[in-house]
Amino acid sequence: MSEKLIIVLLISPLVGFLINGLFGKWLKGNEKLSGGIGALAVLVSLIFSIIAFISVKNGNPLEGDAGHLYSWIVGGDFAVNIGFHVDALTTVMLLVITGVGFLIHVYSIGYMHGDEGYTRYFAYLNLFVFAMLILVLGNNYLMMFVGWEGVGLCSYLLIGFWYEKQTATDAGKKAFIVNRIGDFGFLLGMFTLFAAFGSLDFVSIFDKAEAGTIDIVFGETTKATLMVATLLLFVGAIGKSAQLPLYVWLPDAMEGPTPVSALIHAATMVTAGVYMIARSGILYNLAGTGWVVAWIGVLTALFAAIIALKQNDIKRILAYSTVSQLGYMFVGVGVGAYASGIFHLVTHAFFKGLMFLTAGSVMHAMANELDIRKMGGLRKKLPITHVTFLVGALAIAGAPFLSGFWSKDEILHSAWGSFPFIYIIGLITAFLTAFYMFRLIFVTFYGQSRVEPEVESHLHESPAVMWLPLVILAVPSALIGLLLGVGGHHSWFHHFTENVFPKAHETSGNVYLFMAISSVVGIAGIAYAWKRYKNRVPSAEPTNTLQQVVANKFYVDEVYNTFIVQPIKGASHFLLWKLFDSGIIDGIVNGVAALIRVIGGMLRRLQTGIVQAYIVSMVVGIVLFLAYYLFFA
Amino acid sequence: MSLEYYLILSALLFTIGVIGVLVRRNAIIIFMCIELMLNAANLAFVAISRNLGTAEGQLFVFFVMAVAAAEVAIGLAIIVSVFKHRETINVDEVNSLKG
Repeated sequence: MSEKLIIVLLISPLVGFLINGLFGKWLKGNEKLSGGIGALAVLVSLIFSIIAFISVKNGNPLEGDAGHLYSWIVGGDFAVNIGFHVDALTTVMLLVITGVGFLIHVYSIGYMHGDEGYTRYFAYLNLFVFAMLILVLGNNYLMMFVGWEGVGLCSYLLIGFWYEKQTATDAGKKAFIVNRIGDFGFLLGMFTLFAAFGSLDFVSIFDKAEAGTIDIVFGETTKATLMVATLLLFVGAIGKSAQLPLYVWLPDAMEGPTPVSALIHAATMVTAGVYMIARSGILYNLAGTGWVVAWIGVLTALFAAIIALKQNDIKRILAYSTVSQLGYMFVGVGVGAYASGIFHLVTHAFFKGLMFLTAGSVMHAMANELDIRKMGGLRKKLPITHVTFLVGALAIAGAPFLSGFWSKDEILHSAWGSFPFIYIIGLITAFLTAFYMFRLIFVTFYGQSRVEPEVESHLHESPAVMWLPLVILAVPSALIGLLLGVGGHHSWFHHFTENVFPKAHETSGNVYLFMAISSVVGIAGIAYAWKRYKNRVPSAEPTNTLQQVVANKFYVDEVYNTFIVQPIKGASHFLLWKLFDSGIIDGIVNGVAALIRVIGGMLRRLQTGIVQAYIVSMVVGIVLFLAYYLFFA
Repeated sequence: MSLEYYLILSALLFTIGVIGVLVRRNAIIIFMCIELMLNAANLAFVAISRNLGTAEGQLFVFFVMAVAAAEVAIGLAIIVSVFKHRETINVDEVNSLKG
């Protein structure tokens, strides 16, 4: 594989961004052209990604010096290169990003129809794909970080895409600020890695880590150093991938256009943290910090699933579901089953992307209504949307033989050996997942219609440009597990990625038993949802305290507001503004000015305006000088 | 005649000029006193030049005279225009340039 191929793959969305970004004014009248350019740019990347994939599959990856393009930053011992690292993991990510990305671009052509910022939207979306490609293609942590920040920027821009809406701009800022906290950890982690290894290149870091030639930066042992580095990197992953306690930005991010939620906040960007940990798998194994990752992951999975039970906003349910599924991925990479975590990333990208797009289709039909209590019985009016959503929901619920079944089961099975508690919590979460997802389905698509009459009359299935991507996405959502995942740790996917990841622990127990348990749990969740919500609307008012706490998302936002946001605002107001800025900084400046004025007021009296007085002082001065030189020098 | 006499005379003339500049209030008189100081300097130039037997000092005198002539022209013009404006050439009354 030549690096030229990768350059084309990478540059194509950038070109799309430049065209739509710079010439959007002229493209505005022609939506098909503008959206077509955006989709085409990603299609080119997709084609080249497939070529790269075939190339890697034939044992021809692009690694080490081969991927080197040029030296970016060189100073003293510090050197960072621009270069590509394309192996099995990278190509999997490439296919997900460009494949799902392309379909979402096509879908957006229809979804964003008539929007004021049509070309701006496609410019941002292309820029996002470009940044995401940098993230996964880079051969060092700094390049990854550049992509990491790039996707963060695009996420911010697209969440606040409808910037006339106060809630949208607030959500954008929230996402950006919360991500800053995580990114700060990522930066510190990078610094630690550089101090320990003297390099940021993946290959040299991993080689040195395996050889044990690590400088001790923290603590007494190399292990302590690696623990600090990996945990700091994990802080970055917590922010970007919306894990406890930094998950709060993701539900609010649903203010953006729905295809953005599908692409950025479900399929690709939020999985960057999982990718990063899988990429750094060697370090996590050596540091032994995987258990932290796994526990954070499983607790997030459970927590978000519980919140999702009582939400009534279709996109927010999906958002909490995403947080929850990301938790599963972290369980996977945390217990050392890197391939399983990434496998779940892939299946999740398909079915969650699909579900967001179907949710967008529902909104499209319902004049942007989000409250599922105002829906009901939609399956007759929106047949394609209904079926595709059902496929996605079955996949996420772990219905036998659909994609989520394989990947989730692998993760849980891997967890069982070393962390039985995590397995049990994961199983409970799987039950909750099936339950809330089918609660959503039954309330939205079944039962009596509760649609308001004037909306009802306009109910229509989406145009082909929107439902075709749904149908195309539904196929891998259903089947990709069968294609790639059969056979657990001996599956095609594991075989394909075996050179990238450190060896996972051998799983114990009977594979079929685990599959059976997972299936039963998933089906039980669906059945329970059917029993409860077959003909019932979620009540408007919570009936007891527990329900109220859950419905209010455990008051996490309120707690953060009270204990973090308000103290910071208060401290900024009184300490930084009133005391430091107004008091000290302004005090110094005004004090200097006042002092000069006082001195000037005294000195100005010397300027009498009487010329002879000046001359007297001159003469006296000269006489004194002369006297000094004549008599004393 | 020895050099000292010339220099003493020059110093006397110069001192008279300085005192005149300092104590008199009439601009014309101050002006004349400045001329006195210039000529005191000229006298010293010439005397020392002759004493040393070189020509440079005398050369400088011509320069001083030329500058003094220009100065008189400008200075008197200023005094005239000051008088036109304020109807006085008493320097104590021309003191608006103060802090």
